[in-house]
Amino acid sequence: MSKPAGSRRKRRSRRRTPWQALVWIAPAFLSIAFVFGYGVYRVVEEALHREGKWVGLDNLRIVIHDPPFRTAVGHNLRLLLTLPIIIVIALMLAILLYEGLRGWRIHRFAVFLPYILPVPVVGVLFGQILTLHGMLNSSLEAVGLGGLAHDWLGDPNIALYSLASVIIWKELGFGVILFLARLLSLPGELYEAAKVDGAGFWRSHWHVTLPLMRSIIGFYVVIEGITLVSWVFSYVYVMTRGGPGDATQVTETYIYDNAFTSDIPWLAASAATVLLLGFLALAAAFLVFRAVLPKRSLR
Amino acid sequence: MSRLPGKVVQHGVLIAFTIAAILPIYMMISASLRTQGAFLDQPLGFPTSPSLDAYRTALNDQFPRWLLNSTILTIGSVTITLTFSAFAAFAFSRWRIPGGDSLLAGMIALMVLPPVVLVVPLFLLGTELNAIDTFRFVIVIYVGLMMPFSVYMLTAYFRTLPPALIEAAEMDGAGSFQVFSRVVLPLSGAPLITLAVVNMLWVWNELLIALVFLQSDHSRTLMAGLTAFQNRYNLDIPVVMAGLSLATLPIMALYLFGQRFFLRGLVGGAVKGE
Repeated sequence: MSKPAGSRRKRRSRRRTPWQALVWIAPAFLSIAFVFGYGVYRVVEEALHREGKWVGLDNLRIVIHDPPFRTAVGHNLRLLLTLPIIIVIALMLAILLYEGLRGWRIHRFAVFLPYILPVPVVGVLFGQILTLHGMLNSSLEAVGLGGLAHDWLGDPNIALYSLASVIIWKELGFGVILFLARLLSLPGELYEAAKVDGAGFWRSHWHVTLPLMRSIIGFYVVIEGITLVSWVFSYVYVMTRGGPGDATQVTETYIYDNAFTSDIPWLAASAATVLLLGFLALAAAFLVFRAVLPKRSLR
Repeated sequence: MSRLPGKVVQHGVLIAFTIAAILPIYMMISASLRTQGAFLDQPLGFPTSPSLDAYRTALNDQFPRWLLNSTILTIGSVTITLTFSAFAAFAFSRWRIPGGDSLLAGMIALMVLPPVVLVVPLFLLGTELNAIDTFRFVIVIYVGLMMPFSVYMLTAYFRTLPPALIEAAEMDGAGSFQVFSRVVLPLSGAPLITLAVVNMLWVWNELLIALVFLQSDHSRTLMAGLTAFQNRYNLDIPVVMAGLSLATLPIMALYLFGQRFFLRGLVGGAVKGE
């Protein structure tokens, strides 16, 4: 029965493409071509020139060996280390919410709330909370824990960790919602079966939940990994501007500073090109990975 | 027997995280409702006699202007993005376009490209075209950046529409535009709203491009304005907090209105990052 329908569909899709298809696609295509196409072309072009002269790959060599650039990339990688923490906490909270404790809807709403705040708002808010005479330190003093007070964003030794904590605070909710949605889509009989077999809370989640969550965790790792490597500009710019010194400098602020503060556009363009090449490699790896993986798992 | 303490621990963990999530937001709102004196006296206190002075100060500053700018940019760029992406998605789902599937796969790669890579070249072009500090240039950039995700998502949805419906309309003599506007669009309300909500949140919250391309006080967006605001009212924390609350309000409203769509957009196709 299904065969004729299938072949009819194929015939329809094999029909010759009319010219008007191009008209339908043109506006979207042109806007992508302008922003991405021209942008990528021009950034590479700028990276190959210095003060109007062609220098080949010389600029890229300079950037890669520039100590501040290396520091910035190192900070991006260290921010990436928060990923396992976010995932473990998000999984734990999703499972607790799934267990249907009393008031779980309120908890779900509360945990998700930070995720819908605009990042610049979060940045300014925590900038105020974490300063030396801010609300965190004054509440620590109020409860007699004044010894724990720090200059959270002003001390170069801990500024990056403070920044990472704020990112975790904000990003956690998305993971919880995503994991909870997946958990709720799992057949409940699985847990019944596990319970019949005598598995408790830990064993049933370890042996039943985790294996079934593998693909959604993989999806989340990709999304958050991209966020932590290349979308932290708003956090850093608002809270520390990369400081104190270069204690919280990341690749994005390095590019921004060189382009718009220090006015060295070729250095900024070269750093952007290095970042671009890194991303091309990652995207290629991802596409291969996707082609190998069964289609279902990305849904 | 052993379940009881387990439940207590589970509740305890949930409550701890709930407090951690809400406390900073509470600080923001409670500080915004008090005067500087009352705030300094007791930073965490409850606003027993709420005062709207901080909001008045914020609104007397350039806040309304920034709010208006953000609104113009958001509505303008999201409307254009939705229109163009729906056109393209319609073509991708209706006809077999040579190389179309590779184009769509390439869109995924574009979605993850950090915008900071494109900011420097586009700024150079903007200066050459004398287009810095104009809304139209920023709208063009926003539209381009939102386009890959939007086309990808809408194409995926349009392809699930039953071909029989479209064939029936064609049989009745409908042209492509009629099929698009009378058959496809009316069936696509939910995904279009999802896409609109996700994109609106992105533009509203965007900082980097707004900061680089809209530098003067009269063209600044709300998010860029907030960072300037923070420095201006460095010592008057209630005013800063009132500004933050005002900037969050439209987002909260949009979220509460589109909660269903918003969650679906995030969970279904959250490839947009920040």
